[in-house]
Amino acid sequence: MYPELGQLALILALLLAVLLSVVPLTGSLTGRDNLQAFARPLAAGMFVFVGLAFAVLTHAFVTDDFSVAYVANNSNSMLPWYFKFSAVWGGHEGSLLLWIFMLSGWTLAVAIFSRRLPSVMISQVLSVLGMVSVGFLLFIVVTSNPFDRLLPNVPADGADLNPLLQDLGLIIHPPMLYMGYVGFAIAFAFAIAALINGRLDAAWARWSRPWTTVAWAFLSLGIALGSWWAYYELGWGGWWFWDPVENASLLPWLSGTALMHSLAVTEKRGVFKSWTVLLAIVTFVLSLLGTFLVRSGVLTSVHAFASDPERGTFLLALLAVTVIGSLALYAFRAPVVHVRSRYGSLSREIFLLLNNVLLVSATLLVAVGTLYPLVLDYLELGKLSIGEPFFNLTFSPLAVATGLLLGAGIFSRWKKTDGGWLARKLLWPLAVSVIASTVVVTGYGGFRPWAFLGVFAAMWVTVATFWDLWDKSSSRKGRIHGLRRQSRSYYGMVLGHLGLAITMAGATVVSNYGIERDVRMVPGDVAIVGDYQFVFKDIGERRGANFTAQYGSFDVMLDGEPIAELHPEKRQYSVGMSVMTEADIDAGLFRDIFVAIGERISDDAWAIRLQYKPLVRWLWLGALFMAAGGFLAISDRRYRIRERAEEKAGTGSPVTDAGSARPAGAVS
Amino acid sequence: MKRFLLFLPLLVAVVIGVVLFAGIGRDPTKLESALIGKPVPEFSLPDLHNPDAMLDQSLFRGRVTLLNVWGTWCPACRDEHDDLIWLAEEKGVTIIGLNYKDNREDALVWLDRLGDPYRDIIYDPRGTLGFDLGVYGAPETFVIDAGGIVRYRHVGVINEAVWEQALQPVINELQGNG
Repeated sequence: MYPELGQLALILALLLAVLLSVVPLTGSLTGRDNLQAFARPLAAGMFVFVGLAFAVLTHAFVTDDFSVAYVANNSNSMLPWYFKFSAVWGGHEGSLLLWIFMLSGWTLAVAIFSRRLPSVMISQVLSVLGMVSVGFLLFIVVTSNPFDRLLPNVPADGADLNPLLQDLGLIIHPPMLYMGYVGFAIAFAFAIAALINGRLDAAWARWSRPWTTVAWAFLSLGIALGSWWAYYELGWGGWWFWDPVENASLLPWLSGTALMHSLAVTEKRGVFKSWTVLLAIVTFVLSLLGTFLVRSGVLTSVHAFASDPERGTFLLALLAVTVIGSLALYAFRAPVVHVRSRYGSLSREIFLLLNNVLLVSATLLVAVGTLYPLVLDYLELGKLSIGEPFFNLTFSPLAVATGLLLGAGIFSRWKKTDGGWLARKLLWPLAVSVIASTVVVTGYGGFRPWAFLGVFAAMWVTVATFWDLWDKSSSRKGRIHGLRRQSRSYYGMVLGHLGLAITMAGATVVSNYGIERDVRMVPGDVAIVGDYQFVFKDIGERRGANFTAQYGSFDVMLDGEPIAELHPEKRQYSVGMSVMTEADIDAGLFRDIFVAIGERISDDAWAIRLQYKPLVRWLWLGALFMAAGGFLAISDRRYRIRERAEEKAGTGSPVTDAGSARPAGAVS
Repeated sequence: MKRFLLFLPLLVAVVIGVVLFAGIGRDPTKLESALIGKPVPEFSLPDLHNPDAMLDQSLFRGRVTLLNVWGTWCPACRDEHDDLIWLAEEKGVTIIGLNYKDNREDALVWLDRLGDPYRDIIYDPRGTLGFDLGVYGAPETFVIDAGGIVRYRHVGVINEAVWEQALQPVINELQGNG
């Protein structure tokens, strides 16, 4: 009976979403406060019912209710309980439900944390979120019901969760990613609401910023988790494959990064408004593409679309309505810029504009590289594969350029920066970075132009960031006082930029100085990779909860000293009969030692993959820094103080420009 | 004039949409093959499992077989793989694989991980046989009768529905006649 209740809850949530998308909006357009007052209760109600549906599905998984088709397809009674839990989002229907659950959660959060917003604005924002919810609730109810039953022939046991997904990283990766994707819906809703009531002002930008930043922080974490998971679970030690699924998550991240910076300019200086709105729309559309086109399989294979035309058509329709609706609104309502230059040709505005140009170019580049082969395929113009070489060749220069620009931009001022002053300012950071990068690159075994550029860009960002912090924190009352005087949003920016530098350094060093060797080994053999010796001791067998495994034992030595013992495995999952490679990694801050066993070549000989991966951890460490920076920035006082001040004043009117009282020059 | 610029994103989106939609209208799975009714082209290619053994068109003599074109680079092949195993094990269908534009190591790892539904696998790294067969993209599957004549071509993923509606009737008919 529970599954039917879950379905009922989804239908009720759909009805509430319809009301939410109509009633408050009507109220805001006709000026009727009593209708606008429905916005928050409806948002809460939608959350409750979607939450109920999610709880019911979770219950079905935990209690092994294989009469539910989705459970039978994605779970098994032998699964450990935590995988049963994560199996809720292991397939299409459940991940769609998770997405909707998060959307309703974000909607509720907007309803709760927006007391300072004028009621017209909040009604419209919640209505727009209601519309997005209607789309996805309709989609799940009509085409992808997770509560469909297999009656009367209930299977005795489930088909098991894809072993690739039976992993800790994959328990938290999709929720993080979705938090990011769905979070951009808030920025989208703010943009649409601002277009509807024609008020694209600094206040709008300020309200959007914390939501965008949080979404971006979650997305950064999600992407990093995915990359980390691919690294240790797929068994081949790669951390980014430029495959369509990964690119789909990178696209909204790139445009979201651009949006975050462009919002800062719009808030502080009131310019780039139309551009910022467009970015908000594009970022959300890319998030939609990211989640669902990946899930539906369109991005990986044209044929998958044809095999499930109902879902595909629905998704396309949904996407079309979102894109055409919002862009049409944009075309009619976005403010036309009057040419009235309020900033000089060398100013912080210009640096951030260039940052946007680079990030949008990167977005386009990845989008073209991902979609072009698909489009050709659709149109039957032949098959073509754009692989890693294309992306590495074109993406790296953009990344380096972004870093170089960032380092210089940190010192720039709003409105006008003196060129000579900036050049003198950059001289020392430049010298320090060149020397430090040369030392690093030589230390890793030789100068290579790209390696040097990558390390230099990372070093340059780091040095400039600290230099700026040092400048800003000078104070007559002493350094400590100066450091404490900086706002949290400033520190958020510092962390974010350092994170970027750390990731860039990691990516550059591991791609240029990592060593991979595929060798054939029999127990007793010794292989040498870089400075490390690997001794293959023997091979054994063991049983896990739902698999059997063959594992190798390896001693890793450095200069004759043993430093680690590794046990990579090949697992055979009993239910689906699939085989998985579990690599074993000796992880360190400065290098990973990675061993994976491949196939058996002859009776006692195995294909073994040995790798030395310098700084590979920095890739994900950098993402942690970026996310931490995002969370720190939104905890800034200015978001809290204003709320309290307004509560005291007791008005819902927007505050016009209280944000400018902060130390000049901080972009967070 | 300025307002016109704001319409650009909409225009671009609509154009992309129309182009994509036009593509969807064409069903890539409905492709007739010029080879139907003709024998499998002559070839001499190595066995995937055994680089020293050569395979040729006599492989298809003697019984009705499916010739399945696949590669590890093809995600849709991953989708149909479990169904191929099901066909081979449950339905007793003889499947011959054509490992198309792939490399041997990757292919062996794939089979090792996912299971091997094929009786024999032709290793065709340069796609020569694929070219002769007019392969448009993996996965593709041909039904070949006991005389080595191509009888049916399916483009796209094989699943239970495709089997029941398209392949099984053809195979039943061929076996009934033979």
